[in-house]
Amino acid sequence: MTTTTAAHDDHGHHGPAKGIMRWVLTTNHKDIGTMYLWFSFIMLLTGGVMALIIRAELFQPGMQLIEPEFFNQMTTMHGLIMVFGAIMPAFVGLANWMVPMMVGAPDMALPRMNNLSFWILPFAFGMLLLTLFSEAGAPNFGWTFYAPLSTTYAPSSVTYFIFGVHLMGISSIMGAINIVATILNMRAPGMTYMKMPLFVWTWFITAYLLIAVMPVLAGVVTMMLMDIHFGTSFFNAAGGGDPVLFQHLFWFFGHPEVYIMILPAFGIVSHIIPTFSRKPLFGYSSMVYATASIAFLSFIVWAHHMFTVGLPLVTELFFMYATMVIAIPTGVKVFNWVSTMFQGSLTFETPMLFAIAFVILFTIGGFSGLMLAIAPADFQYHDTYFVVAHFHYVLVPGALFAIIAGVYFWLPKWCGNYYDEFLGKLHFWLSFIGVNITFFPMHFIGLAGMPRRIPDYALQFADFNAVASVGAFIFGFSQLLFLYIVIKTIRSGKQATPEVWEGADGLEWTLPSPAPYHSFSEPPQVK
Amino acid sequence: MSSKPNVAKSAIKHLFVALAMFGFGFALVPLYDVFCEITGLNGKVTGTVEKVDYTVDTSRTVTVQLLASKNAEMPWRFMALQEQIDLHPGEWKQIGFWASNTTASDMVSQAVPSITPARAAEYVQKTECFCFQQQPLAAGESKQMNMVFTISPELPEDIQTVSMVYTLFDATEFADPEKVAKLN
Repeated sequence: MTTTTAAHDDHGHHGPAKGIMRWVLTTNHKDIGTMYLWFSFIMLLTGGVMALIIRAELFQPGMQLIEPEFFNQMTTMHGLIMVFGAIMPAFVGLANWMVPMMVGAPDMALPRMNNLSFWILPFAFGMLLLTLFSEAGAPNFGWTFYAPLSTTYAPSSVTYFIFGVHLMGISSIMGAINIVATILNMRAPGMTYMKMPLFVWTWFITAYLLIAVMPVLAGVVTMMLMDIHFGTSFFNAAGGGDPVLFQHLFWFFGHPEVYIMILPAFGIVSHIIPTFSRKPLFGYSSMVYATASIAFLSFIVWAHHMFTVGLPLVTELFFMYATMVIAIPTGVKVFNWVSTMFQGSLTFETPMLFAIAFVILFTIGGFSGLMLAIAPADFQYHDTYFVVAHFHYVLVPGALFAIIAGVYFWLPKWCGNYYDEFLGKLHFWLSFIGVNITFFPMHFIGLAGMPRRIPDYALQFADFNAVASVGAFIFGFSQLLFLYIVIKTIRSGKQATPEVWEGADGLEWTLPSPAPYHSFSEPPQVK
Repeated sequence: MSSKPNVAKSAIKHLFVALAMFGFGFALVPLYDVFCEITGLNGKVTGTVEKVDYTVDTSRTVTVQLLASKNAEMPWRFMALQEQIDLHPGEWKQIGFWASNTTASDMVSQAVPSITPARAAEYVQKTECFCFQQQPLAAGESKQMNMVFTISPELPEDIQTVSMVYTLFDATEFADPEKVAKLN
């Protein structure tokens, strides 16, 4: 401890280095958190442009704007970029900023590794995006890259995709190890596990999910690489392999991945709702146990993505019931959020609006998930727009709204200024209306039988598709307003108080606003 | 509370967990087969078995449907010689498929079996099957490929029909090149 203190004293009196090298060489958790957040925002806009290309093509039946081949590349890249480039790095960025401040640590446990895990990402996604300009075109086999479509029948750019996934996997694993090491070793004296803020708890569990399943994903893409280039037959039936094996392995990663993208969102919302209800969170310990049980259950439900591949009856039943069990801990969480608001002294600032929208719209996504969990019904819903509606409801007004809520919530702490409340609310209402116009009609066209991942469709789906496309453009362009609000807040705005929000509770609010470059060099005492 | 050795220790510990999970991903490949074999799920049948003389259960008859199917990239002709046969559980039968390499090059095929309902898979016993080995055919050559099997009398009463599908794949690139050369 003495050595770290001395080291801090050496450069503690001056701020960050000047110029571009500050960002390249930084080991400061706040700098790295900022870079993660900007990176994920750039990826959100990139993936968003792809989504708008898809929606523009689907505005009318028939082929208008793009070739079907390019359409497939767009759906694939949109999925990959949003999942691995936008949502996951945004959560890592928030963790970088907030976890050390919430547990009273001076920085992340492994600051240099932190720098490396961020700087891998631009290369991973650069490699992935460059395939768009290659002769073979970008990957076109869907973000789930089912073999043998992604091996035997893949464009030659698939190898770049594989290495891209390797890189982002390494980045995620390093980020997760860093977060676990920070939480295990760097908590302020007196901060026992059951006193940890919920964002820290949810990220702690998420980090374990990442450590457990990202290597399996790396293994799957390695097998693909070997099948394509080294003559093995993991997924090729002709050589003794099995394509269904691919799906089992992929979803063994893929289902915990779903919770990797939502558990930190639960944590964020569990901070915002108590703050603006001016009440402590209802049922803190049940929240912790619910998060842990969701994480555990996420490992034994993967085959509900595969009901139609020809599973035996007992397997279908097992995965159906196991999936439905997840509704119980999730229900506990929703109940706790609502109970926190009950008889609270509520105000509706922008973060609270996004958090309440999260609770309502995520629950809608959860219920359509329950419908999909019913194995016999899934034979009807499988691979339709109903599935698209379901996972966009849990990922956009779910994960993404929670991230945006978190940004509004913590932005005054980060840059010392309040954001413009009127513009924040305008951003909320445009996003809220846009998101529902986009994704709600997809439930109907899905139930009516429109398959996903197609560039053209039958006439009877035309009206709802047109509505969804209009909503997508409203939602997409309203995120530019978000960009404007954030830049405006960084440059100017009302000076924020240290506690920022009236009902705020936690170590991070004891620091001045903006949070100093080096915080908690001396650990605070938690009572 | 923060000390560097502890941080390094947790980092290394979790790095090993990550590496172990990478290995586990690969271990799942055989584990998945073992699991299917034990439970008889996925319609997979165990390999060749010793011939057992069952007491033939003449009180019931099971219809066995035979289906020949080809992978999209397989140019051969492939068909079942009988579309369906009836047998009493415990009775051994030989059935034949017929394959013809209609191309101008020597090729090697591999048949992959699947049984429906999957519950029946564990009761299907084969002493001989063309699907146990790769089957080479010279350019223009045709051949009858046989399978000797029974369905054990323990087959649940409610199963009256069993479908056996054989999908033929082009396995030339996975075959021993000497085997292919010997065809001429």
